[in-house]
Amino acid sequence: MSAFDPSDITIMIVDDEASVRQSLEAWFEDDGYTMVTAQNAAEALQRLQEGTIDIILLDIKMPGMDGLALQDRIREFNSDVIIIIITAFATVDTAVRALKAGAFDYTTKPVDPDELSHLVRKAVENIRLLRENKAMRESLDQLQYVDDIIGQSPQMQKVLELVKTVAPTDSTVLILGESGTGKELIARAIHMNSRRRYFPLIPVNCGAIPETLLESELFGHEKGAFTGAQYRRKGKFEMAQGGTLFLDEIGTLGLKSQVDLLRVLQDKEFHRIGGERLVKADFRLICATNLDLEEEVKHARFREDLYYRINVFTILLPPLRDRRADIPLLARHFIEQHAKAMNKPVPELRSDAMDVLLTHNWPGNVRELENALERALVINQGSAIAPDDLPVQVGRATAGTRNTTLAEIEKEFILRTLESHGWNITRSAEQLGIDRVTLYNKIEKYGLKRPE
Amino acid sequence: MRDVSIIPLGAHPRDIRLEDLKAGIERVLPVTASVVMHPLDIDVALDGSRKQYHSTSVLTLLLGRSELSSSRLLGITSFDLFVPVLTFVFGQAQVNNRAAVFSTFRLHNEFYGLPRSGEILAERCLKEALHELGHTYGLRHCLDYPCVMNSSTYVEDIDLKPPDFCLPCRDHLNSVL
Repeated sequence: MSAFDPSDITIMIVDDEASVRQSLEAWFEDDGYTMVTAQNAAEALQRLQEGTIDIILLDIKMPGMDGLALQDRIREFNSDVIIIIITAFATVDTAVRALKAGAFDYTTKPVDPDELSHLVRKAVENIRLLRENKAMRESLDQLQYVDDIIGQSPQMQKVLELVKTVAPTDSTVLILGESGTGKELIARAIHMNSRRRYFPLIPVNCGAIPETLLESELFGHEKGAFTGAQYRRKGKFEMAQGGTLFLDEIGTLGLKSQVDLLRVLQDKEFHRIGGERLVKADFRLICATNLDLEEEVKHARFREDLYYRINVFTILLPPLRDRRADIPLLARHFIEQHAKAMNKPVPELRSDAMDVLLTHNWPGNVRELENALERALVINQGSAIAPDDLPVQVGRATAGTRNTTLAEIEKEFILRTLESHGWNITRSAEQLGIDRVTLYNKIEKYGLKRPE
Repeated sequence: MRDVSIIPLGAHPRDIRLEDLKAGIERVLPVTASVVMHPLDIDVALDGSRKQYHSTSVLTLLLGRSELSSSRLLGITSFDLFVPVLTFVFGQAQVNNRAAVFSTFRLHNEFYGLPRSGEILAERCLKEALHELGHTYGLRHCLDYPCVMNSSTYVEDIDLKPPDFCLPCRDHLNSVL
């Protein structure tokens, strides 16, 4: 999808002769590669610690540790970097040793320009395939996230329909919903069902990064762009190349960053900080917020033009209290998931504990439910999960604030559900997450009557 | 930025009509070129064992002559050029800077055992001149084949590309010239 960009490849020249380093550096720079040089083994190891190197052009004869010993050292901790040996003192013995120790290729100085060019192109192709392979494997790992969206309630089914509709398009998506409703899961599901799925999904939590750092985080910077910028660094815009950029909590973005973002979205290209070269911005944008952006626009805290640019296709995630029918399913999923992680047998959930879960208001939404159940599993000693295992605030928010009993809450909740479905038993039972017989029993137990 | 001096170095490349090269450069680039016959001894750049001239040293020599005041200095020589790690180079230029040089040594058909052709040589010289000047105006190698900034490691590569810049490279040149 995105065209090959030579500046994505970093080549390190390791040679004790300054003229060799300079001429190779200039030669590859003309092709657009990012260059690093080292005049001895110690410097080369230092550079490897400092940043990612893709290809090393390594001289054999150097004072101190020679090239072959350096190759062995590098291979102890880095099996990915491609090493090409270039030596003025070629022997069959050194060539065999170098190749056996994992060198990608071996050539002699002076090297024919075409041969060197061909060697590096071959190495770059290798790197491209490795990266693609890695990205695809990571994408496959991420597929589970699609299954993680749990919800049979009509509200969630509608959300999933919207995800299916918008995913294959390249439209910008705005996900609205309270904290903990699963906005990132939805973003991931959209990405995984889009044609960009073999490229990365890069999440950025705009609220978690100070405004002063956000610019360099998003745009990246060139070496020496500011004090402390010792090396070139890719920003999130560049990392998302070909894939999806997920800007979470976009409502907290400062006004300056909003202008910067708007410009990138309009021009589809940007400069790294301190950089002269224009970098193409090829990503799909998904934004999420729990703020009322229209309200933010009214109060001039959010730019109207940016709002219209990101508000192309909106998905509203319902809070958990509005889709209680999903609670039993979600509870079962989280109990199984955490029991597995803790290497414990999967405990049952007592019906009175389920009642607590069903009647709690869940201000923290699905995340709060998950945390509550994880805690319950830690406390629980192998028997079924009881209300006492749940965090105090879960029980309290229900019983304490309303000053009533659990049974009364259940009665009131069932009655409300029945009324909202016009006393349709099947649909009410479905939303409550119980079967019809249980619902009939509860109606009888609480003496509920259908209005005339 | 717009004045280019074409400077023959060492033995005069007799089979090249420098006035034609000047006209060719001016046809493609919005610059004013002039042929400057300046006695410049480049023998210090000669590597006796390789029987080639170190192109980086030639650039240094060009830049060291204060009387050469044009914004771009394009050396042309019939001697073979090299940089230490490579067997040869067709030419070399400073990116975003003043000096460039190229050699006609490997641009002759005779070098490859083919019949002499003044026309082909002139065409190759123009492409090399434009390529090296392109570097001095900040251009890197271009991945598009139909662009004179595409990298050439064989003379056939030079023959494949046209003596002109692709649109993005042209845009860059228009922004700096």
